[in-house]
Amino acid sequence: MFDGYSSSELVAIFAMQGFAGLILFSVFVLMALGLAIIFGQMGVINMAHGEFMILGAYVTYLTSIVFADYAPAFFEIYFFIAMALAFVVSGALGLLVEWAMIRHLYRRPLDTLLATWGLSLILQQIFRSVFGAREVGVTIPDWIMGSLPLTDFIEVPINGVFVMVLAISISLAVYFMMFRSAWGMQVRAINQNRVMAGATGINTEWTDRLTFGIGCGVAGVAGSAFTMIGSTGPTAGQLYIVDTFLVVVFGGAGSLVGTIASALSISQAQSVLEFFLSGSMAKVLTLLTVVGILMVRPQGLFALKLRK
Amino acid sequence: MNATSNRLFSPAEFVGLAVLAVIIFLILPTALDNFRLNLFGKYLTYAFVAIGLVLCWGAGGILSLGQGVFFGLGGYCMAMFLKLEASSPENTAIQSTPGIPDFMDWNQLTELPWWWEPFHSLTFTLIAVVAVPVAFAFVIGYAMFTRRVGGVYFAIITQSLAAILTILIIGQQGYTGGVNGITDLRTLNGWDIRTDSAKDTLYFVNGGLLFVCILLAQLIRKSKLGRILIAMRDQENRVRFSGYDVARFKMFVFCAGAGFAAVGGAMFTLQVGFMSPTLVGIVPSIEMVIFCAVGGRLSIMGAVYGALLVNLAKTTLSESFPELWLLGLGALFIGVVMAFPNGLAGLYAEQVQPRLASLWFRMRGTGKPEDAGRPAAPDLEVAE
Repeated sequence: MFDGYSSSELVAIFAMQGFAGLILFSVFVLMALGLAIIFGQMGVINMAHGEFMILGAYVTYLTSIVFADYAPAFFEIYFFIAMALAFVVSGALGLLVEWAMIRHLYRRPLDTLLATWGLSLILQQIFRSVFGAREVGVTIPDWIMGSLPLTDFIEVPINGVFVMVLAISISLAVYFMMFRSAWGMQVRAINQNRVMAGATGINTEWTDRLTFGIGCGVAGVAGSAFTMIGSTGPTAGQLYIVDTFLVVVFGGAGSLVGTIASALSISQAQSVLEFFLSGSMAKVLTLLTVVGILMVRPQGLFALKLRK
Repeated sequence: MNATSNRLFSPAEFVGLAVLAVIIFLILPTALDNFRLNLFGKYLTYAFVAIGLVLCWGAGGILSLGQGVFFGLGGYCMAMFLKLEASSPENTAIQSTPGIPDFMDWNQLTELPWWWEPFHSLTFTLIAVVAVPVAFAFVIGYAMFTRRVGGVYFAIITQSLAAILTILIIGQQGYTGGVNGITDLRTLNGWDIRTDSAKDTLYFVNGGLLFVCILLAQLIRKSKLGRILIAMRDQENRVRFSGYDVARFKMFVFCAGAGFAAVGGAMFTLQVGFMSPTLVGIVPSIEMVIFCAVGGRLSIMGAVYGALLVNLAKTTLSESFPELWLLGLGALFIGVVMAFPNGLAGLYAEQVQPRLASLWFRMRGTGKPEDAGRPAAPDLEVAE
């Protein structure tokens, strides 16, 4: 499959595809972080995760319209405000969903899966009724457009770099929340031993709700970042949900490093293969490999050693 | 355990079976026109999947979100045979390569792929319809269950398999017909399946096969194996420590569910006249689970009613209120899971059956209504 390419071309191909893979990687990381919190720490399957992302994307879309109409002077920086809003809106919906639905189903994980799937259908229909079935694009501020030429063959799009920076900063934020804050310690304590954690005075119910809310909020931020590289439609969330779950499971539930490592390997494999095979075959091969590895090693790449 | 529970069907279940038979074989064919009856024939094919899910999920506690894979594999095997028969050299004389399916010709294939060759034979096809999906289920089951993967992980993996197969079918359109699927199917061994009378005949074949599957499922449920399955669902480790090989039981029930789904898929191809990746992927697979959940995940009969009713509602609602349908389906998912985990069958057992029973005993003036009114299915409470 390498026939007909000179070595310098091959290097450029790998570099460009590698960079495309890095963008895909950032997307995977952003999507998977929220899920890693909800699924990894709480063991809750949230099939509506994609829809929380899309909610964030729509919030960004609305913010961009509001800024373009009422505050064009600040249009260059609207995106940061949109991200914060996306976090708050998705997070608030997450708190509501946890209160109304999830908390009744903690002991029935498979039923959570079905109920949240129902939620995702409802959200999709609401998006479609409110924003229309067509995909909407966000007007991107000028400074994110364009690309940086590195060499003759290699060019780097700025919005890709921007999404990457976002992915890194949000990963760091999640890391500090999970492993350096009191809340993170409580979440991990509950994950290890719920009864004991409750006995030490941790408000397990409230921590659960907050965890779910923060996970959904992170999903909203991811959706917000998505608008920088693509358009948003009501059913876009469903396209990503399988990839996202595979990333989290492949990395090993509960391990942040694992999630990032698996996002990196899956995205790199997929985008390098994509150049040589058709896009669909690249995806099939990558996913099949992941499933195959999971069959041999069900606990994922980086499994936490927990006594169950 | 009293003597009656060892019978294949308790009196109440037997009455239920008879009522279903009357509905499927008498009421529906007389009350509906050809078009509607054909639609119900389509719904019946989903009932096969739902019965398989009652065994896997209700009895065995294994939730597979990839039943569409087995439904699709069975359906595609059947469709390949029908397509080859429809693409005889005479029928396809205008193609650049006569004798191969039209979509292959459009995709510049000049030769039938080797794995299509055996599907010239009806015998091979009928075996493959069940054997291919079951073999696939066995491989998945063997890999997962011997490593003690279960619960949500199993659900996610099977769901990804459904996604992978859809992408594969759509991507390889030269070999599979792509996103349109395999269409324009005409005859089964010379018998034209497109006529109204053929569709009616297929409806009755469908119903007959469904009852065979109900019988098989009931046999599994009532046997010792069925009781071990339920024990395993509730207390897996205790069953394991009692010396049973848990993985094998799970593999068996998963393969059985796959087999039922495959028969449904093959009948779908015959009844509806095409097979496409829209019946394989994540969305149809999870809808199949909701048929089962609405009907009652513990009740074989309930699953059949669930498949019929949900699909009837889907057709009626999505015809007149397409927007309402998704909201309704979503609410159905949430409502069934949160308020009625035992589905329609649970409602029937709790609300209708005791009243019917007490009515019955008041008329006869004998017996103890409490016993007869007790739900036949074991309690759903799943221990952690």
